[in-house]
Amino acid sequence: MSRLSIETPGRAQTVLQGLYVDMERRISASQPGLCPVDMSLNFLRLCHAQTCGKCVPCRVGLSQLAVLIERVLDRDATLETVDLIESTAQVIADSADCAIGYEAAHMVLRGVRGFREDYEEHVLHGRCICGLSQPVPCVVTCPAHVDVPGYVALIREGRYQDAVRLIRKDNPFPSVCGYVCEHPCEGQCRRRMVDDAVNICGLKRFAVDHAGVVDPPERAPDTGKQVAVIGGGPGGLTAAYYLSLMGHQVTVYEQRPKLGGMLRYGIPDYRLPQEVLDRDIDHILSTGVRVHTGVSIGSDLTMEEIQRGYDAVYIAIGAHTDKKLGLEGEDAENVISAVEFLRSIGEGEVMDFTGKQVCVIGGGNVSMDATRTALRLGAERVTCVYRRRVEDMTALAEEIEEAMAEGCQILPLQAPARIEVDGSGKVAALWTRPQIIGPYGADGRPKPRDAAVREFRIPCDYVIVAIGQAIEARPFETIGVTTHRGAIQADLTSAVPGVHNVFAGGDAVSGPATVIRAVAAGKVAAANIDNYLGFDHKIRCDVEIPPAHLTSTPPCGRVNLRNRDLRTCKGDFTLVKEGMSLEEAQQESSRCLRCDHFGYGIFKGGREREW
Amino acid sequence: MVTCSINGRSVCVPEGTTILEAARSADIQVPHLCYLKGLNEIAACRVCCVEVEGERAMVTACNTPVREGMVVHTNSPRARNTRRINVELILSQHDCKCATCVRSGNCRLQAVANDLGILELPYATQLPQGLRKAWTTTFPLYHDYSKCIKCMRCIQVCDKIQSLNIWDLAGTGGRTTIDVSGNRVIKDADCSLCGQCITHCPTGGLRERDDTQKAFRALSREDKITVVQVAPAVRTAWGEAFGLTREEATMERLAATLRRLGFRYVFDTNFAADLTIMEEGNEFLHRLKAGDLKQWPMFTSCCPGWVRFLKSQYPELTGQLSTAKSPQQMFGSVTKSWFAEKLGVEPERLYCVSVMPCVAKKAESELPTMATEHGPDVDLVLTTRELIRMIRADKLDPSRIPEEPLDDPMGVHTGAGVIFGATGGVMEAALRTAAYVLTGENPEPDAFRAVRTGPGLREATYEVAGIPVRCAVVSGLGNARKLIEQLKAGRAHYDFVEVMACPGGCVGGGGQPIPPEEEELYGVRGQRLYDLDRSSAMRFSHENPQVQVLYREYLGEPLGQRSEELLHTDHLAWEMPH
Repeated sequence: MSRLSIETPGRAQTVLQGLYVDMERRISASQPGLCPVDMSLNFLRLCHAQTCGKCVPCRVGLSQLAVLIERVLDRDATLETVDLIESTAQVIADSADCAIGYEAAHMVLRGVRGFREDYEEHVLHGRCICGLSQPVPCVVTCPAHVDVPGYVALIREGRYQDAVRLIRKDNPFPSVCGYVCEHPCEGQCRRRMVDDAVNICGLKRFAVDHAGVVDPPERAPDTGKQVAVIGGGPGGLTAAYYLSLMGHQVTVYEQRPKLGGMLRYGIPDYRLPQEVLDRDIDHILSTGVRVHTGVSIGSDLTMEEIQRGYDAVYIAIGAHTDKKLGLEGEDAENVISAVEFLRSIGEGEVMDFTGKQVCVIGGGNVSMDATRTALRLGAERVTCVYRRRVEDMTALAEEIEEAMAEGCQILPLQAPARIEVDGSGKVAALWTRPQIIGPYGADGRPKPRDAAVREFRIPCDYVIVAIGQAIEARPFETIGVTTHRGAIQADLTSAVPGVHNVFAGGDAVSGPATVIRAVAAGKVAAANIDNYLGFDHKIRCDVEIPPAHLTSTPPCGRVNLRNRDLRTCKGDFTLVKEGMSLEEAQQESSRCLRCDHFGYGIFKGGREREW
Repeated sequence: MVTCSINGRSVCVPEGTTILEAARSADIQVPHLCYLKGLNEIAACRVCCVEVEGERAMVTACNTPVREGMVVHTNSPRARNTRRINVELILSQHDCKCATCVRSGNCRLQAVANDLGILELPYATQLPQGLRKAWTTTFPLYHDYSKCIKCMRCIQVCDKIQSLNIWDLAGTGGRTTIDVSGNRVIKDADCSLCGQCITHCPTGGLRERDDTQKAFRALSREDKITVVQVAPAVRTAWGEAFGLTREEATMERLAATLRRLGFRYVFDTNFAADLTIMEEGNEFLHRLKAGDLKQWPMFTSCCPGWVRFLKSQYPELTGQLSTAKSPQQMFGSVTKSWFAEKLGVEPERLYCVSVMPCVAKKAESELPTMATEHGPDVDLVLTTRELIRMIRADKLDPSRIPEEPLDDPMGVHTGAGVIFGATGGVMEAALRTAAYVLTGENPEPDAFRAVRTGPGLREATYEVAGIPVRCAVVSGLGNARKLIEQLKAGRAHYDFVEVMACPGGCVGGGGQPIPPEEEELYGVRGQRLYDLDRSSAMRFSHENPQVQVLYREYLGEPLGQRSEELLHTDHLAWEMPH
C-alpha cells in the first residue's frame, strides 16, 4: 500500500457541490413576502444536516429547536415556547463546539429577536404577518413597477415600439434606463433559480435602440389646472410627463441651461450619450410640457410667487451640492468636487489633464464616473482612494471592473488624512492613513480602522472629492418647507406636511439615489397631485401582451453586454458598451420565465394595467 | 380558426380557444378541478395537464390556447401518470371520509378520483391538526380546512363577482391555506353571506351550517305546530336533485313532500312577497312624493346579503334601504301574530321554518330586530340543499308523490310574488302595484318587463301615472358596488334601485343546489319563475285575496301603525363588521 495517494472527489460529492451552488442562487432569488419563521425553520434544518454529531448542543439542540419552531407553525405552541426557543438557542450559541452549531443557533436567535412578532402572531393567531401576495419579482423590485415580463415578451416578438410604449406607462425614461439603470429588477429574477437573471436592462436598451420614434399616448382633455415642477431631472420630468398626459398644464423650471439634471450633468457621455437622453426628453416635452431653463428659484423667482401662481408645485431639485471632507488643505487650488467636475464636463467645459496625476476620493458610482472621466481628459495616472476594501465599494461591480480595465488604480484601505499644498497654493499630494479592515459594525459591514503603518503620500496635481452630495433647500424654507439632515421633508405620498399645494420627491427628499427611484417618486407625485387637484386620471397602455410560450427554455447562459475595444480612452467620450445583437436579444428574451403567467402571477398581481 | 390535433383527431376551433375547450368541442374530456371558465383559469391543480408534442414539460389544458398545428395527447402514458399522481397528491391532503361529507356524490374531486380508479394512496395523509383546522360552528358559513383543496375558486368568486375579498391565501410554504383575508376571523369580516363561494366550491371545503337535525328535532316535538314557508326560487331548483324537470318540480309537489316530512302547515313565501309589495310599494310612493329620493334612491331590502353588504361597505347609505322587512321576516311576523291568533294558540307554540335559496337568510332570522318577546319570528332557516338532504334522509321519492294544494291562508300568492326570486322581479312587482295605487287601474302586467333580462345593471325610466320613475336593477355585489360608485360620483341618479346579492337573483342563490358540471343555472331557473308568473291567474300583489283579508282583519292599511310594527324594521339597530 502506498504511503499517500492523490484524492479525487467522488461522483456524489461533485453533484452535491453543484447543488450547493444551485441552492445558493435559489436562496438569493427568494421572492419577497415569505414567512420568516418558516424560512428560519428550513434554514435550521439545513444547518442541522451539516452537524458532525459530536457535541450535544448541535446534534440534539438544533433538532429540538426545529421541533419547537414547527410547533409554532402548527399553532401548537404558547408564548412560553418562544421563550424556550430563545433560551435553547442561546445555550447552543454559547456552548456548541464549532461554527456549525453556534452559527446555526445565532441564525435562530437573530430571527427570534428580529421578528419575534411573527413568532407571536403564529402562536396567537396561527398566521403570518408578512405580505400574503407573491407577485412578479422583477415588477415588485422595480421601484417604478415597470411591466418587465410584458415588455420582454414584446421584444421577443420583435415589437419594439410596443415594448417602449408599455415601459412608458410606468417610466418615461426607457432610453436612459436602458443605458444606466441599476436594474434592481434583476436581483431576484426567478430565472436565477434556473441559471442566471435575465439581462433585463440590456433588453430594454435593445428595444429603445430599435424602436425609432414612438408617438406619445393621447392626452386627457384639458383640466385648466396649472402645475409647476421645480427641477428638470428625471424625477421632475417624470411627474411633468404624467401630469401633462392627465390634462394639466405643466411648467418645468430648471436652473441649468438644459434639462436632464444629473442625467446630463452627472453621468458622463461614454455611459449615457446626450442624444439618448434627448430622445426621452423630446418625447416628454411633446406632450405639451412648458419649460423655463436657466431659472433659479430663490434668486430669479421666489418660491412664494410659484406657490401662488400654480395650483400645485412639485419640488424635485435633486442633490447637486457637494459634501466636504473636512480635511486640512481642502481649500487648495485643484481640489474639486466630483459633482462640480462632472457638471462642467456636461456643460462642455473640457479640462485638460494631460500629464497630470489625479486622486479621486470615494467608492461610489460617482467616484467611478469621476475616475473614468479624468482618464479620458488625459490624466497620466488616476488613483481612486477608498478607506474600505474594494468589495466594500458601493459602486456597481461592473463600474469598478471597467474603471480598472481602463487603467485607473484603486487604492483601498486608505483613509484621506490631509492634502499637501505647494508654495503656489496648489495641490501637491494626498496624504492617507493606511487602514486595516476590522470587526463588523452595526450596519452589517466590516469597519476599517487605522493600521499600525505610517501615513502614505500620493503625489498628485488634482484631488476630486466624491464622497456624496447634498441638497440646497434654503430657497424653499421660506414657504415652510422643512429639512431634516439636509433632506426636504415630505410624506411617502410626496405631500409636504403643513404646506398647502406643495409636493416634493426624488434625491432632494431621499438623499442621492438612482434614476429609477427618481422616476418612481415622480410617478407617486403625479398620481397624488392629480388627486389633490380633484381628479382621478388613470395612466394605462392598451398594448396587447403576447401570450406566454408553453414551457420554459432549458438552462442557457445569460447574454452580457460587451465593451467596445478601447486601446486608449484618452479623449474618447463615446459610448463604451455595445448593445445586443438581434440574435442575442431573441435568445435573452426567451429566457424570461413569464412570472406574470406562470406561478402566482396569473392568479393575483401579475399585471397592473393602469395606475 | 386554428386547426390542431387532439388524440389523433383534427380539431378546428376559433383562435384563443384553450386546449380544454377545444378538446371538449371534439367530445374529448380533460379532467380538471380548479378551472372555472372566465373566473379561475390559473392552472393550480395540474390535473388537466396534457402532453403537447415538442414541449419539454406537461402543459395545462385549462389556460393554454391551442396553436395552429399543435399536437396534443390527453391520454398518453405521461399524461395519465401526471394526472394520476397529481390527484393522489391532492387526496393526500384532503379529508377523504366521503361517507360523512355533504358533497359526496356531488364532489368534483371524488368524481375525478373515482374515474381514475384510485383505490389506495401511496402518500402519507397530511391534514391540519388542532387549532389549524378550527372554525366557528355557529356562523352560517362553514369552512372545512381539511376538505379544502386550495383551488382558489372561492377567492376568485368573492373578488371578481362579489368584490368583497373575504377569502385569501394565508400562511406560506406547505402550510398555505385558504382563510379569511387580512388576518381576520370570519365573524369579524364583512362577509355578506351570499354563499357564492359555497356554490363554486368543487368539494366540501365550504358549506352552510347544517341545521337539518334541528329541523328534524322540531318536527318530532309534539308541543310544536310546525309552519313552513318556501321561497319562490326554491321551486325552480329543488327538483334538480331528484331528476325532476322544472315543470314537474312544482310547489304543489313540494308541499306534499314537506307534509310527508311532517310539516303541519305548508305556506308560500310568495304570500309575504305580495305583502312586501304592498308595504314597500307604498313606502316608495310616499318617499318619492316627500322628496326623499332627490339625491339617493330607495334601495330594496329583501335580500339580506345586500343589506349586509350595504351596511358594511357604505354604512352611510343604510337609511336609503326600504324599511320593509324581507318576505321571509314578514312571513314570520304574521305567522307569530295573525296566524297564531287565527289558530287560537300562543305564538310560542308555532315553530316557523323557512326554506330559502340563501345562506344570509340564516343570519337575518337571528338578528335581534327579528324577534319579539315570543321568541324569533322565524325559528329556523334551511337552504334548498338542506331541504333536499332531509327529503333524502327520509328516503322520499318526490317523483312518486302526487301534488297537493298549499294551506290557507298564506299559501295564496300572485305572479308578482313569484318573480321575487329572479333579478328585477321585486322592482317589476312593485311597479305593477305602484301604478295601480296611483291610477286606480291595473297596468298591462308586462309593462315593466324591460328590467327583466340583460347585463348586470339594467335601468329604465317608467311613466307611472305621469310621474317619471328612474329605476335600476342590479344583481351581483360587484355590480352593486359599481352602481353605488356611479351614484356617489353623481354620474347616475335613480329613484328606486333593486339589488340582489347573487348573480341572477335568488334563483342563483348561495343556498341552491350545486350543479354537477360547472354551469350557471340562474338563467333557466329565472325563466321558470317568469313562466309561472305568466300562467298565474293573478299577477298583481294587491289582488292577493288573502293579503286583502290580512289588511282588513288585522293590519289595517299599508304603512299603518300595526303594519309598521310588524312589517318594518330598523336597519340601524344592529351592527355589521366593516
